Amino acid sequence: MTALLARGLLPALARKRARAGTGVAAFVVVILGLAVAVPALNLAVPPESPFHVPTYLVSLWGKYACYAMLALSIDLIWGYCGILSLGHGAFFALGGYAMGMYLMRQIGTRGVYANPILPDFMVFLNWDHLPFYWWGFNSFAYAAVMVLLVPGLLAFVFGWFAFRSRVTGVYLSIITQALTFALMLSFFRNNFGFGGNNGLTDFKDVLGFNVQAAGTRDALFGITCLVLAAALTMCHAIVTSKFGKVLVAIRDAEARARFLGYKVESYKLVVFTLSACIAGVAGALYVPQVGIINPSEFAPANSIEEVIWVAVGGRGTLTGAILGAVVVNYGKTYFTSGALAPYWLFVLGGLFVGVTLLLPRGIVGTVRHLLENRRKPEMPDPDPRPAGAPAPAE
Amino acid sequence: MRLCRSGFHQGRWLAALLAIALAFAVAPLRAASLEEALAHFATDDYGEIEEGITAVAGSGDPRAASIIEALQDGRLLYSAERKKVYYRDGSGTLFDAVIDAAITGGEPADIDTVGINNRLRRAIDAALGGLTLMSPDRAKRYDAAQAVFKSHEANVLPAIEAAIGKETDAGIKRTLNEARAAIILNSEDASEADKLAAVAVIRARGDQDSVALLQGLPADTPEDVVAAAKRAVAAMGSELALWDLAQNAWYGLSLGSVLLLAAIGLAITFGVMGVINMAHGEMVMIGAYVTFVIQELARTTYAAAPRMLEYSLVIAVPAAFVIAGLVGVLIERGIIRFLYGRPLETLLATWGLSLILQQGVRTSFGPTNREVSAPSWMSGAFDVGHLNITYNRLWIICFTLALFLALLGVLRFTRLGLEMRAVTQNRAMAAAMGIRTGRIDALTFGLGSGIAGIAGVALSQIDNVSPNLGQGYIIDSFMVVVFGGVGNLWGTFLGAMTLGIANKFLEPMAGAVLGKIAILVLIILFIQKRPRGLFALKGRAVEA
Repeated sequence: MTALLARGLLPALARKRARAGTGVAAFVVVILGLAVAVPALNLAVPPESPFHVPTYLVSLWGKYACYAMLALSIDLIWGYCGILSLGHGAFFALGGYAMGMYLMRQIGTRGVYANPILPDFMVFLNWDHLPFYWWGFNSFAYAAVMVLLVPGLLAFVFGWFAFRSRVTGVYLSIITQALTFALMLSFFRNNFGFGGNNGLTDFKDVLGFNVQAAGTRDALFGITCLVLAAALTMCHAIVTSKFGKVLVAIRDAEARARFLGYKVESYKLVVFTLSACIAGVAGALYVPQVGIINPSEFAPANSIEEVIWVAVGGRGTLTGAILGAVVVNYGKTYFTSGALAPYWLFVLGGLFVGVTLLLPRGIVGTVRHLLENRRKPEMPDPDPRPAGAPAPAE
Repeated sequence: MRLCRSGFHQGRWLAALLAIALAFAVAPLRAASLEEALAHFATDDYGEIEEGITAVAGSGDPRAASIIEALQDGRLLYSAERKKVYYRDGSGTLFDAVIDAAITGGEPADIDTVGINNRLRRAIDAALGGLTLMSPDRAKRYDAAQAVFKSHEANVLPAIEAAIGKETDAGIKRTLNEARAAIILNSEDASEADKLAAVAVIRARGDQDSVALLQGLPADTPEDVVAAAKRAVAAMGSELALWDLAQNAWYGLSLGSVLLLAAIGLAITFGVMGVINMAHGEMVMIGAYVTFVIQELARTTYAAAPRMLEYSLVIAVPAAFVIAGLVGVLIERGIIRFLYGRPLETLLATWGLSLILQQGVRTSFGPTNREVSAPSWMSGAFDVGHLNITYNRLWIICFTLALFLALLGVLRFTRLGLEMRAVTQNRAMAAAMGIRTGRIDALTFGLGSGIAGIAGVALSQIDNVSPNLGQGYIIDSFMVVVFGGVGNLWGTFLGAMTLGIANKFLEPMAGAVLGKIAILVLIILFIQKRPRGLFALKGRAVEA
C-alpha cells in the first residue's frame, strides 16, 4: 500500500485536486456570471428582443439553482463520506417550511379571512391562537435562523443516534427514508399546524417586496446563485482540507479510519449536520421562487430522485452534483411539459439504470477520468475504481 | 358459531322455491284471512290502514310480505266503490290483491293509491321485520331477528313470540329471545320480573349493542331493573374489553400476514442475497396484474365455464410465480449481477427499474384501478363469539403461512436451497465445490421475485390493482426485513407479526396515521439499539 501511495496515488491525488480546483473555480465564475446576466437580460433588455429572458424562466432557473444546492449537499455526504441519505428531501422541505412560515406571517390581513395574526388555514380550522412553534416567524431574522437550525438540529439528533450506534450503508439509507416518510405523514395532518395537504402558499411579500414582481424574482435568482457559489466554495474548501481527507478515508475504509484513531462518528455527524443545513437553505430559497411548499416535498421518491442528480453529474466531484441537478431537471421540464410526458418516467428510470451500470463516474467524473488518461497514457490508473466510488460495501 | 354469509345464492333460490310451494299448499286455508285483512286497505283512514298492516302481517300468508312491500312503495291501490284492493307489479300491470290475478277488464274509475304517513312507515318496517322472521332462509331469519333486536319496536312482539315457538335452530332461537328481551325492556307494560329476566338474557348476549341497549333504558324503568342493568353493563364492559383485545389481535395478525406476504420475497432477495431490490414492490404489482389478466381471460374466453372465474385465483398463483420469477431472473442477469458488492448502486438501479416497470404497466393497462373480483369462497364473514372474521382475511393468513412454510422447506430440504445457502455463506468455496454461482444468483433472485408475484395475487384481493400498488408496500417491506434481521426468515416472520399487531393496537389509541408515524419512529429508534435487527447474523458473515 505504501509503495502504491508513493508511486502513483499521492501524485495522482494532487493532480486531481488541482484539476478539481480549476473546475470549481470555473463553476463559481459561471454561476456568478449567471447571477448578474440573467436578471440583467430580464430587466434591461426589452421583451421583444431575442435576448430577453422572461420572468418565468428566471424563476425556473432559480428553482434549478436551489436543486443544485440540494444536490451539492447530498454529494458532500455521499460522494465524500459514503453516507447515502434517502431522506435529504426532508431537510430541504424543513428549510422550505421555515421560510414558508415567515412568508405566511407576512400576508397579514390580505388573506381571505383577513386575520392579522392567524394564517388562513388556521382560521379555517377554527384555531383561535397561534401555536407556539409559529411564534417569532414574523421576523425574517428569526426565520433565517430557523432555516439553518431546524434541519441542522434534526440532522444532529438523528445522526447522533445513528452514527454512534454504527448504523451504516443500506441500513442508514432505509432509516433516513423512514424519517422522511414519517415527516410526510405528519405534515399531511391538518392538526399538525402546517396547512395539511395544501401546505403553505399564496405568499405576498418577502422583506416588503412583492414576491410576484419581476424585480423580486431577479433578486431572488441572484441571491440563490450567490449562495450556491458560496456553498460550492465552502464545500470545496472542506473536501480539500485535512478534514475532507479524513472524510474520504471514512468513505473508503471506515473501520481502518477508526483504528487509526479518528472519531468517525464525530466526523460523520459534523458533515451530515452541515449538509442538512445547506439543504435547508436551498429549501428556503426555493419556496419564495416556486410560491408553495407542501408535504409532497417530503415524499421518499423525491429524495431518491435527488440522489440520481448527483449520480448523473458524478458523485464526489461537487461540480458534478450541480451539473447533474440542472441537466436532470431541465430534462424533466422538457419532457413533462409536452406530449412526451408519459415517457418521462421511462427516461428517469433509464437514467438510474444506465448511469449506475454504464457511467458510474457520472458526467464530470468521466470527463476528468478521460482527461487524466490522455495526459498520462503511460501510467496506469492506480485506482481501478471509479473516481469517488466507495470501497466495496461494508 | 353464528353464521351469516351474505350472497348465499343457492339458499335464496331454495327460499323462493319453498315460498312458491307453500303458496300452493296453504292458499285455500289462508285466503279468507288475507281477504279480511286486505279489506282494511280500501280506505283513506290511516288508523284503519294500520290495522290492515297488522292483520296482513299476522295472517301468515306467504304473500303478506310482498303486499306490505307494495304498500311501502306506493304500488298498493284501492277502489272505494268496488271495495277492492289491487297492486301493481314492477312493469305497472294491475293485479287483484285477493286472488292474485291480473285485471283483464278496464281499471276501476276511482282507483287510488293507499296512502301512508310516517307513523305507518314505522309500522310497515316493523311488520316487514316480523314477516321475515318466518322466512325459510336461515340467514334471512337471523338478519331479521338482529334487526328486531336493534329496533325493538313493541308491535313486533307477537310476531317474535310466534317465531320463537316455531324456530328449531338453536342459534336463531337465542337471537329471537334476545330480540324479545330487547322489546320487553323497552315496553311500558311488562312486569318487573319479566324485565329482570330480559336483562339476564341481554347480559348473556354481551356485545356492544347489548351495552348500548342496557344503557339506554327508558326513564320509567323500575329501579331494581336499572340496578341489574348497571351490574350487567359493568360485567359486559370488562368482557367486551377482552373481546376488543382479541379483535385487535386478529386485525393485527391479518395486517401482519399482509406485511409478511409483501416482505417475504424481499427476505430472500435482500435478506439472503443482500440485494436491495427497490423494484420488489413492482414484482408484487406484476403478480396482481397477472391475476387481473387471468381473470379477464376466464371472463371472456371461457365465459361458458363460470367455474373458471371461481378458480382463476388458483390458476393465477403459479402463473404469477412464473412470470414475476422470469422478470426477476431477467433483472438479475441484466442489471444486478454487474452491481454485486455495491449495494447503494443496486438500490438506485432497481429504483430506476421500478419507475420503468410502473410506467410500463401504466401505459399498457392504464393508470386507473383494475377490478379483480373475489371468488365466492373468499367473500362473506362469520362470527366467533364477538369476533368478526372475514373469509378473505382468513384465507390470506392461511395462504401466507403456507407460503412461508413452503419457502422454509425449499431452503432447507431442496438441492436448490442447499446451493443457495452455500453461495450466500461462502461464494468462493461454493464455486470451488462446483456450484455455478451465477446460476444460483439468478435462481435465488427469481425465487424471491416469484414469491413477490404470488403475494401480488393475494394482495389483489384486498388492495387496489393499480400501477402504484407496489409503491405502497416497499417501505413497509423494508421495515419488516430490517426490523426482523437480515438473512433470517423467522426474523421476517416475527418482524411482520410484531409490526402488524403493534400497528393495530396503536391505531385505536392514536389514529391510523399517528400510529403509523409512531411505528416508523419506533423502528428508527430500534435500529439505533440493534443495527442488525431482531435476529442478527453473528460472526464474520456480518462484515461480508
